[in-house]
Amino acid sequence: MTPPLLEVRHLRVEIPTRQGTLLALDDISFEIAPGEVLGVVGESGAGKSLTGASIIGLLDPPSRIAGGEILLQGERIDTLPDEQMRRLRGRRIGAIFQDPLTSLNPLYTVGRQLVETITTHLDLSAAAARRRAVELLEQTGIPAAAQRIDQYPHQFSGGMRQRVVIALALAAEPQLIVADEPTTALDVSIQAQIITLLKTVCRERGAAVMLVTHDMGVIAETCDRVAVMYAGRIVEIGPVADVVHRPAHPYTVGLMGAIPSMEVERDQLLQIDGAMPRLNAIPSGCAFHPRCDKVMERCKVERPELMSAGPARAACWLHEERP
Amino acid sequence: MNLVEVRDLAKTFEVSAPWLNRVIEGRPRQFVHAVDGVSFEIERGRTLALVGESGCGKSTVARLLVGLYSPSGGSIRFDGRDTAEQLAGRDALALRRRMQMIFQDPYASLNPRWKVADIVAEPLREHGLLKGSASAVRARVDELLASVGLATQDAGKFAHQFSGGQRQRISIARALATEPEFLVCDEPTSALDVSVQAQVLNLMKDLQRRRGLSYLFISHNLAVVRHVADRIGVMYLGRLVELADRQKLFAAPRHPYTRMLLDAIPDVKMSGRARTPVQGEVPNPLSPPSGCSFHPRCPLSNERCKAERPLLTEFQGVRVACHAVIEGRV
Repeated sequence: MTPPLLEVRHLRVEIPTRQGTLLALDDISFEIAPGEVLGVVGESGAGKSLTGASIIGLLDPPSRIAGGEILLQGERIDTLPDEQMRRLRGRRIGAIFQDPLTSLNPLYTVGRQLVETITTHLDLSAAAARRRAVELLEQTGIPAAAQRIDQYPHQFSGGMRQRVVIALALAAEPQLIVADEPTTALDVSIQAQIITLLKTVCRERGAAVMLVTHDMGVIAETCDRVAVMYAGRIVEIGPVADVVHRPAHPYTVGLMGAIPSMEVERDQLLQIDGAMPRLNAIPSGCAFHPRCDKVMERCKVERPELMSAGPARAACWLHEERP
Repeated sequence: MNLVEVRDLAKTFEVSAPWLNRVIEGRPRQFVHAVDGVSFEIERGRTLALVGESGCGKSTVARLLVGLYSPSGGSIRFDGRDTAEQLAGRDALALRRRMQMIFQDPYASLNPRWKVADIVAEPLREHGLLKGSASAVRARVDELLASVGLATQDAGKFAHQFSGGQRQRISIARALATEPEFLVCDEPTSALDVSVQAQVLNLMKDLQRRRGLSYLFISHNLAVVRHVADRIGVMYLGRLVELADRQKLFAAPRHPYTRMLLDAIPDVKMSGRARTPVQGEVPNPLSPPSGCSFHPRCPLSNERCKAERPLLTEFQGVRVACHAVIEGRV
């Protein structure tokens, strides 16, 4: 078995506030193999973006990593000094954010931004970097790349801008790409194009992807494995087909049932009553227990850890091995 | 029986450069045809959904219907009467009372300085209902909150104390205050998480059954639309390209754009449904393509599509604006 590219062990992120310290991520552990696409799905406030930000070392203060470790090819990166982390970011871990307009500098041409990224990380001459930039734009499906490279971001449409952002993320051939809601700001027809692009370019280069999204449809189409998050914890993680077709955790079951389906017609959607708890009021025991329809006494007091549930692993007492 | 009848509705916005720039730089005046010749009906107690991508004019149609914009052309008839006439005349308030709107962003559409009780009671005050009786207003607010699944104690809270889904429930309670017959919902669940979206959609369907409401439902999400709508209109660059009953539209989509939209939906169940990749992007509405505005992205386009604009035509029980479909080139 190949050693994992990225390992996150017992990651814990806290946000100190005047009313006390909030626990935003609690004991997050997962691995990403080289070339693998891991989806991280959850509703707003589940902590999925925070997990991504921790890995690329871009947690907004005052949020801070309070425990656990993050390893890239066996080497700890969460404790690296800023300067080293800055060099690693872009070179070995690329990032794609939700809004393609805010992740590009409006005052510089697309080409200048690409060339800057390439020369920062790779030992190439300006002319070679520019050739490489044109190639990257071509690979990400931008027509007439040689001309468009000298245009500014506002001259590109939303979908084209996201292609530029993907080109930027790929510029230094990183081994891992953290994509935080890369298609959420885009129209459905463009969304499908971008997802296909992300999938093919990463497969061609053997780059692993951590895809953070709230859209189960995108996950089902793209990922090899998926982690479902709820209130700062992973509640289920496993191969995407198993999680989609045979969800093990009641929250995943609810999440799948709540999605209006194109295949089956139902009069009422399955609904999970209530809402995700706020960080300052996370319920005791299993955080999902007040919304769970299979709740047992034990769930209210004792917190379940991830345990085997078929091919996947779920944090739910329903799956406890009976002796 | 049609509650709403829309004929050749049009709305143009002027987007010219400022006057001085036009004089000095000799730039022409520019207009966007946000809505261009849209016609449809909504039956009483039914839901019509308009779907399309950003900039297709669906929200403009919603705003035209409730009178937030005045049309540049065409007519809207509500319960047999022309709304433009009525909104300009003395009984404007009577008409406004019968149609209400729910907006997309529940964070922006509720006044952060008002208590929920005041927010929900505002339409009552505005329309002079239950005048002079504070206790009757209070009782009505409680009843409205209960009907959308909120507690009566919530009336004393502020909007920021609620989650997105609860805020959208408050918006719905406010819209129901005047007992309208017709609700215009502009992307009511787009800002919500899926589990909460399911709650709000279930609530809206339930209210429709109990109160016989008619909805115009604006959305970009075909899966959501499939769940709520009886009839669906697909819009592209300000025009309706297909208008059909839900079953027909999903079973046999006619217009190439409708097919493309259906193909673009991520397949949650991983059924291995065959999909053709989507080509191109929505063109700039300032300079829409000639003829059929979809022709640059259309796999079926020919010379006629480039030159001649197709009209919405009755075809095997649906209405579709496409030369290829009508000529049987599909």
